[in-house]
Amino acid sequence: MSWPEFWIVVLRVVLTFGLLLLVTLLNVWAERKILADMQNRIGPKRAGPFGILQTVADGLKLFFKEAVTPRKVEVGVYLLAPFLAVVPAFLIFMMVPWGRPFMIGDHEVALQGADLNVGLLFILAMSSLAVYSVVLAGWGSGSKYPLLGGVRATAQAISYEAAMGLAMVAVVMFTATQGDGGTLSLAEIVNRQAGTWGDLIPALEPVLRFVPRWNVFPQIVAFIIFFIAIVAETNRAPFDLVEAEQEIVGFHTEYSGMRFAMFFLAEYVNIFSMCAIAATLFLGGWNGPTFEGSVPGIVSALLPTVYFLAKTYFLVFLFFWIRATLPRLRYDQLMQLGWKRLIPGALAWLILSTVVISFRQFGPPWS
Amino acid sequence: MGLIKELIKGLRVTGGTMLRTIAGSELVTTQYPKEMRVKPQRFHGRHVLNRYPDGMEKCIGCQLCAGACPAQCIYVRGMDNDPDNPTSPGERFGFVYEINMLRCIFCGLCVEACPTEAITMTSLFEISTTNREDAIYTKETLLMERDGSVPHMFPDDELADLDELDTADGWLRATSPSGVAAYEGVKMWQGTPGPADWAPEPSQEERDRRSGDGESDG
Repeated sequence: MSWPEFWIVVLRVVLTFGLLLLVTLLNVWAERKILADMQNRIGPKRAGPFGILQTVADGLKLFFKEAVTPRKVEVGVYLLAPFLAVVPAFLIFMMVPWGRPFMIGDHEVALQGADLNVGLLFILAMSSLAVYSVVLAGWGSGSKYPLLGGVRATAQAISYEAAMGLAMVAVVMFTATQGDGGTLSLAEIVNRQAGTWGDLIPALEPVLRFVPRWNVFPQIVAFIIFFIAIVAETNRAPFDLVEAEQEIVGFHTEYSGMRFAMFFLAEYVNIFSMCAIAATLFLGGWNGPTFEGSVPGIVSALLPTVYFLAKTYFLVFLFFWIRATLPRLRYDQLMQLGWKRLIPGALAWLILSTVVISFRQFGPPWS
Repeated sequence: MGLIKELIKGLRVTGGTMLRTIAGSELVTTQYPKEMRVKPQRFHGRHVLNRYPDGMEKCIGCQLCAGACPAQCIYVRGMDNDPDNPTSPGERFGFVYEINMLRCIFCGLCVEACPTEAITMTSLFEISTTNREDAIYTKETLLMERDGSVPHMFPDDELADLDELDTADGWLRATSPSGVAAYEGVKMWQGTPGPADWAPEPSQEERDRRSGDGESDG
């Protein structure tokens, strides 16, 4: 690896990390403000203009608070758990391409932390790893209620991860038909969603010419299942009985100060990363009209990032909207929805899309 | 399918509220220390022990308030009046009068029980203290001055609205003798000494007449 390449890698990682931190800061504020609007309240307004620095203020407060370590904890596990929550949350976003690659000299800079050829597998692995933080935090706290909360969280995350993975498989299979062979690389999945569906049905060409070639149109069921699964995966309302501040005790009861803040940070980072993945897999990532040539070069270079953020924030807004609307599910309802609805639904959709794809690829079996 | 219909219904409520809030509909919250809400006329705030216009205490130390109190937060000891220099116009007067504000539930039963309207409620509610002893109001704190003003626990506080102390409890107005036709519109007592001069609350019939409902009853 030459020096320019090394610096480009550093630049990519720093840019991605910085973007993630910035949007997380904004997300916490945005959620509180949107929830306030939906409940006809005012919301944060003191720190900075429109209270936009609220997260900074909260973070500073938590940073300077005493980090109490209760006497009965398993110290090693207890201290490790918050990091186990934050690190996978950040690593997940490293896989997401958030803008069109551009050139510095003769080196290409992809706006993506890293483009692994097993990107989707890596994402699944990291989101599974994040479950450990919850289990270990619950167990390491040495207190029975966090332990119960941790067990609850684990069961929830595992059941919804299955549905999430199955929905991803359907997308991966479909993507394989859209280009040259199958791929798990997110950059490639985005590239294959460029353009429109114009060539799908010749008769409907004038209409379909304006429908972007996003996976969400052929894979709408997978998208819905995936979206529900990521809401559960990030422990958001109505599936937030992992924390359930109001009535049952969650896994981070024994945490305080910065250690608690790390769980909090991980949750909001996860929201954004998961929405970004959903936007990448189903909504075409940074694809969109860039008006090459008719607008200044810098604009058409930045537009893809704008599209990416717009799509992601649309999903993030859905998260907030659902949180403001739905009451929390009971534990058995949660499990029922996961195992009796989402997983069979995802399996059925997987089989259905397999059959359709095979027909289109190989023709009917009797031919 | 029914579930999805309900989901969309719910999303419409929250989404609609958001749009209305952004468009500038009235908020349910107020920025409390900056903008105060208008309190209801019969607001149940902290208590006050009243005096007659001539400065005599109304309390006769009968302990009916303490008996009526469901939270048992009132402690009263009566004492015989000095015939030459009476504190109250009755036989006895409230020698010790204490209310534990931490126990008080502000139900107003003491006000209803009082035969002489000695104890009423003000509209002050910012009565938090930093130690529990301060929450036990003694006669010193409760009794109004001879000029009719009520002592404020924290007169220097920015939240203290001393004007509110001049308004007597709505109870005094509400219990005006409008129940008996002969006494309609006649004042039997005055809540505060001095120039206080308010009209009694209208009777039910009066209100019906004003709103025009009374005629339809025949």
